[in-house]
Amino acid sequence: MTARLSSFESSLDELGVSVTRVDPGSLCERLDELITAPAVGVAPEEAFDDPSLSLAETAIEVDPTPAALREATTGVTGARVGVADYGSVTLSMTDRGSELVSLFVDRHIAVLRAADILATMEDGIDALDDEIGRTRGSSIIATGPSATADMGALVNGAHGPRDVHVLVIEEEGS
Amino acid sequence: MATADELRELMRTEGAAVATNTQAFNDGRYASVSDLEDYEALKREARAIKEDAIERLPELLERLTETVEENGGTVYLADDAADANEYIRSVAAEREANRVVKSKSMTSEELEVNEVLEKDGVDVVETDLGEWVLQLADEAPSHIVAPAIHKSRDAIAELFNERFDPDEPLETAEELTRFARETLGEQIIDAEVGLTGANFIAAETGTMALVTSEGNARKSVAATDTQITVAGVEKIVPTVSDLQPFVELIGRSGTGQDITSYISLLTPPVETPVVDFEDDTTPISEFDNDREFHLVLVDNGRMDMRDDEHLRETLYCIRCSACSNSCANFQSVGGHAFGGETYSGGIATGWEAGIEGQDVAAEFNDLCTGCTRCVNACPVGIDIPWINTVVRDRTNRESEGPADWLVDGLTPDDEDEGAPLQKRFFGNFETVAKLGSATAPVSNWLAGTTVSRQFMARFLEVDPRRELPTFERETLVDWFADRESTVVDPERRAVLYPDLYTNHVQVDRGKAAVRVLEALGVDVVIPQVPSSGRAPISQGMVATAADHAERVADTLAPHVADGRDIVVVEPSDYAMFQREYERFVDEERFTALADGSYEILEYVYGLLENGSDVSALATTEDGAVAYHSHCQQRTLGLEAYTVAVLEECGYDVATSDVECCGMAGSFGYKSDYYELSMDVGDRLRKQLQVDGVRERPVVASGTSCLEQIDALLERQPRHPIELLAE
Ligand code: SF4
Repeated sequence: MTARLSSFESSLDELGVSVTRVDPGSLCERLDELITAPAVGVAPEEAFDDPSLSLAETAIEVDPTPAALREATTGVTGARVGVADYGSVTLSMTDRGSELVSLFVDRHIAVLRAADILATMEDGIDALDDEIGRTRGSSIIATGPSATADMGALVNGAHGPRDVHVLVIEEEGS
Repeated sequence: MATADELRELMRTEGAAVATNTQAFNDGRYASVSDLEDYEALKREARAIKEDAIERLPELLERLTETVEENGGTVYLADDAADANEYIRSVAAEREANRVVKSKSMTSEELEVNEVLEKDGVDVVETDLGEWVLQLADEAPSHIVAPAIHKSRDAIAELFNERFDPDEPLETAEELTRFARETLGEQIIDAEVGLTGANFIAAETGTMALVTSEGNARKSVAATDTQITVAGVEKIVPTVSDLQPFVELIGRSGTGQDITSYISLLTPPVETPVVDFEDDTTPISEFDNDREFHLVLVDNGRMDMRDDEHLRETLYCIRCSACSNSCANFQSVGGHAFGGETYSGGIATGWEAGIEGQDVAAEFNDLCTGCTRCVNACPVGIDIPWINTVVRDRTNRESEGPADWLVDGLTPDDEDEGAPLQKRFFGNFETVAKLGSATAPVSNWLAGTTVSRQFMARFLEVDPRRELPTFERETLVDWFADRESTVVDPERRAVLYPDLYTNHVQVDRGKAAVRVLEALGVDVVIPQVPSSGRAPISQGMVATAADHAERVADTLAPHVADGRDIVVVEPSDYAMFQREYERFVDEERFTALADGSYEILEYVYGLLENGSDVSALATTEDGAVAYHSHCQQRTLGLEAYTVAVLEECGYDVATSDVECCGMAGSFGYKSDYYELSMDVGDRLRKQLQVDGVRERPVVASGTSCLEQIDALLERQPRHPIELLAE
């Protein structure tokens, strides 16, 4: 798994996406360092069904109003799966609006569990096939910031975030 | 058909931007696919999925309809564009939509749905930045993936500044992007309907894949309460897991990105709450997600394409744009010339013929020279040049033939009498060449006279700026007939195939080939063999080409059975044996000939590898050459053999990497295309003129390449075999 994590990190590095490892205990602290205020979020506890991953202790406004979302600079959401060889994360759509929070901001921070990093895109798609087969849900395979070359040169930050950061939670003993 | 004037104008106004961008994509593709562990296997997998999906299309359509309805959406199967538009109109009307925001969709362009909605007073906004630029400029896309590829940053800045008159004039790509993002961002959150395309749709779950980078498709769906997706019926695949090879290939093949920023896998209606963006009291999670979803699946000729044995392959196309970017002609003129109503690039011929009709495809189909550089680039292995050939053949058949008096004696095969005179002239080049050699030097002298050049310019549209090939009085076959083999105890026995050019025009390279082969201990014979059919096939004269193939296969079969290898000098003829003959002769004869034939330098390489002594050849201590491989030769993976042999003979070899020299058989001779051909050639010229290469003698494998380089440079190029025979 360490190999996967480092391969994931080097893929992200090539994409110009910064990545931080964190243990569960210091998640909130690290998030507070990484956000540019104002920040909104969908608690990763929802994505991972793990109450310990709450954002209550952070400066992040959880479940914001649409107006607050539009004012926000940073959006924090969970990411279900990481794909090591591409540096991709998968963002599941939820009725709490994680799609909005990860998209209508300048800076997206994706929180991912190290154990959810898969080696290849094939594994990633299989995981999505399984998830979508069960839930008939929707997911984004997101790789790096939004970008466009339509204006004569490559520019990060087209309609979506111009800056992406991935926070990898390393469980103890993992 | 674009005239020489129109092409010249396009090259002048759009050529530079198109060339820079397409070449960057193309280079990116090479770099990106080389990172894949098994690129070829991935392409085969992608191909197999598409083949299977199109085969099972009716069943998958039914399944998809079920799943989308289970998910709470609606499916509408539209027969044609009018039908689809009527449905989309009714959805927008029912929703009382003031604004529809669109993400990039070729299918919606095919429908021309914007105009229809606008007539109803709906504000239709393209949110892909490139599409938005074109919407503002009222221009058509010039590329299937990067629609505004023909516009420079300066032109976009000028457009925005004029149109919006910002406080500070916009200038950098950064500023332009920011401005577009803000302007469009406001419009998106205000819209009722989001209209998207789909790159793939998985029948099993009703999940669509959208391949994007900007995030506008995500926003168009997330910010509206009604999602309409239009997609051709060919987009259906069985399951989400079938998407894997496409996810890995589509970005790499197109713009050279390993993967685009977002691959959205949407199983609509999506869960995201439908929010009021002005609301500053209600938390997002308290909004309902009561979205409507309408999937409009468009036939518009596709089911007929599925039944058409030649056009069917077009339906495998995933619209990645590799066939545009890898195309030398496209790199010069872009999709405004090399394209039809909606689609552009090599595969556009198939799409436009199937969707709009033969006549639309005929408008630009001649820009495909059959160089095959797109074939290996296509992630689903479509034989794009073949589709172009078939459509050209059909076009020939639909048109009136030229007056008999012009054709008499020139064109022995009347299967293709619909073809225009110019095509029949080039297509029957064998007759011309035979006549040319028989009457040389008079024929050469005559061809150079004003009267004859005027005739050619007028009726054959041969550009007067081109030098014509000079026919040799003594053909290679005649020369060989008078000589004795010099090999007593042969290592191998071979037929040197007397291709048209080697036999009639570049006889010296044929003689050199004989000398090299004999020096390496090969017993050579050169029988009379018909020409390969390359010339007629390039003019879309399929029946004539097939007839050539039959005769060549028949003539060579006894030699192959007798244990002789078939060795070919001209790469385009060798490529016929390896690729096109599969369509023309039965499997047994095809395989025997394909397996038993070799390109000349490939053969020499094999001999050297198997123990022949290189010292039997002309070698050098410190020679340096520049080598331009032939397009079809490179597609077959043969360039490396020539380079290896030259290196073994002591040469330092600098290679070109342009996709094609621009001559491409008869293409560069035609008046309409002469300047385009020279524009393409100019990229090769530059590579041959850089420091460290400029001084080197040039060698090239193809006849066309040799003629083109001769026209481009002072230095006279030669075939590499001639270096080995000195
Ligand atoms: S034909 Fe092949 S290369 Fe061309 S756009 Fe379609 S998939 Fe891409």
